Amino acid sequence: MRGAARTRDAHLKPAVSTPQPPVFRLARAGVVFGRVPPLNALAEVSLAVHAGERIALIGANGCGKSTLLRLLHGLLMPSVGEVWRAPRVAHAMVFQRPHMLRTSALNNVAMGPWLRGVRWREAKALALAALQRVGLEGLGQRPASKLSSGQQQRLALARACALSPQVLFLDEPTSSLDPHAKREVEALVQQLAREDPYLTLVFASHNLGQVKRLASRVIYLEQGRVLADLSVADFFSGQLLQTHYGQAHLFVKGEFV
Amino acid sequence: MMTSFTESLTTALQLVSALDSTLVTIVARSLGVSALACALACGVGLPLGAWLGVARFPGRALVLTFLNTLLAVPSVVVGLVVYLLLSSSGPLGSLGWLFSFKAMVFAQSLLVLPVVTALTRQVVEDAANHHGEQLQSLGAGTLLRAGLLASDERYALLTVVIAAFGRAISEVGAVMIVGGNIEGFTRVMTTAIALETSKGDLPLALGLGMILLSVVLVLNALIALIRLWREQEPVGCAAPPGLEMRT
Repeated sequence: MRGAARTRDAHLKPAVSTPQPPVFRLARAGVVFGRVPPLNALAEVSLAVHAGERIALIGANGCGKSTLLRLLHGLLMPSVGEVWRAPRVAHAMVFQRPHMLRTSALNNVAMGPWLRGVRWREAKALALAALQRVGLEGLGQRPASKLSSGQQQRLALARACALSPQVLFLDEPTSSLDPHAKREVEALVQQLAREDPYLTLVFASHNLGQVKRLASRVIYLEQGRVLADLSVADFFSGQLLQTHYGQAHLFVKGEFV
Repeated sequence: MMTSFTESLTTALQLVSALDSTLVTIVARSLGVSALACALACGVGLPLGAWLGVARFPGRALVLTFLNTLLAVPSVVVGLVVYLLLSSSGPLGSLGWLFSFKAMVFAQSLLVLPVVTALTRQVVEDAANHHGEQLQSLGAGTLLRAGLLASDERYALLTVVIAAFGRAISEVGAVMIVGGNIEGFTRVMTTAIALETSKGDLPLALGLGMILLSVVLVLNALIALIRLWREQEPVGCAAPPGLEMRT
């Protein structure tokens, strides 16, 4: 399904020019929620994610974007099919509405490395470095819950960065932010991606402008199924979409209207 | 009848204001038994409830149903069970705790343990449903998640502790059965009220009743204060755009 002609001219892509090994592989994976009646949140999803790829998951609400992210990240187990993750590949996730514990911003960031076995003192040093990366070093001692939404989302990015991830999952990270905070967070993601060309990004978004700016590959989902898996140029070229992926085309058209 | 009530009330107020030694001893013992029982129950119930709020295992629904059923167990039944356990022919008879301070603490601990566990489970489960996966994403396993969520919900859990203390201090059945209401040893506020009323010594019973009500009033005031405090403190989740505090 993936487009043969992957574009090389957009802002962040290609992350790496040589073919990279896969970090995740899904084979006919599906996720079913509940029993009566069962809800097929994901069905028959087969794809591979390679190191350094910047993948956007798009589709209408409830199409399975977040479920796919959680499946890749390991928060969900597949009900059917298989999920393969490359060993020793660190991954972290930033959520749409990050929850911060009732403690300082620094402690919130340090919590991640500490939970993965790093000593508290070293975890705090990592947290400080991560706060510097996102420009929040001056707010480390403030209660995390007293930060603005945009700052909390940057803090969530810092929390993810402190884990030194090779794969970063972002679940609509800017959808609940005002335009200014949205730009800040997106710029930060771009900066992180620039700093590490091997960083794999997989993000869900409704913002097609953001998809164009950040992604090299677009996966369009509908009712839990992958309907299109193309390079960003192919996806937005229109003709291909119209010919082969009618629903995806309508989705894109709707966004631009 | 009205005159008798007024006289009793006046005498009761005099007893309270004069800090009558009998009254003070009984109140102190009541507070001691219930505080210790509450501390013991919280020591077990808080971590157990937090774990139940996060852990998923076969038969969990059955465990929760049983736990919720225990909430409705009458205190006299708990007293009876503890009596059987501590009686000389019971499995814990060798401890020699029956009709002692320890027996009352034991009985009240068992009485409030389901309250603490069930309410903690609910608080932590709600938090886990809301943002537990974010901690899981960071690498927290079941136990760590339970601990972190319980710590994060500490104000809500403080209300649970106060509610449990209120349940312990106001019960009469269990302490009556296992304590025996022995003057100077195991007489607490609720058993004394029951006894003095039956004897017709209404002033002392009324005085104790007033103190018991005051304790419950203070507890309720504390709960209200904590609720107010929590409402003023911003929650951990990012506020919707427009409501955030810009710096």
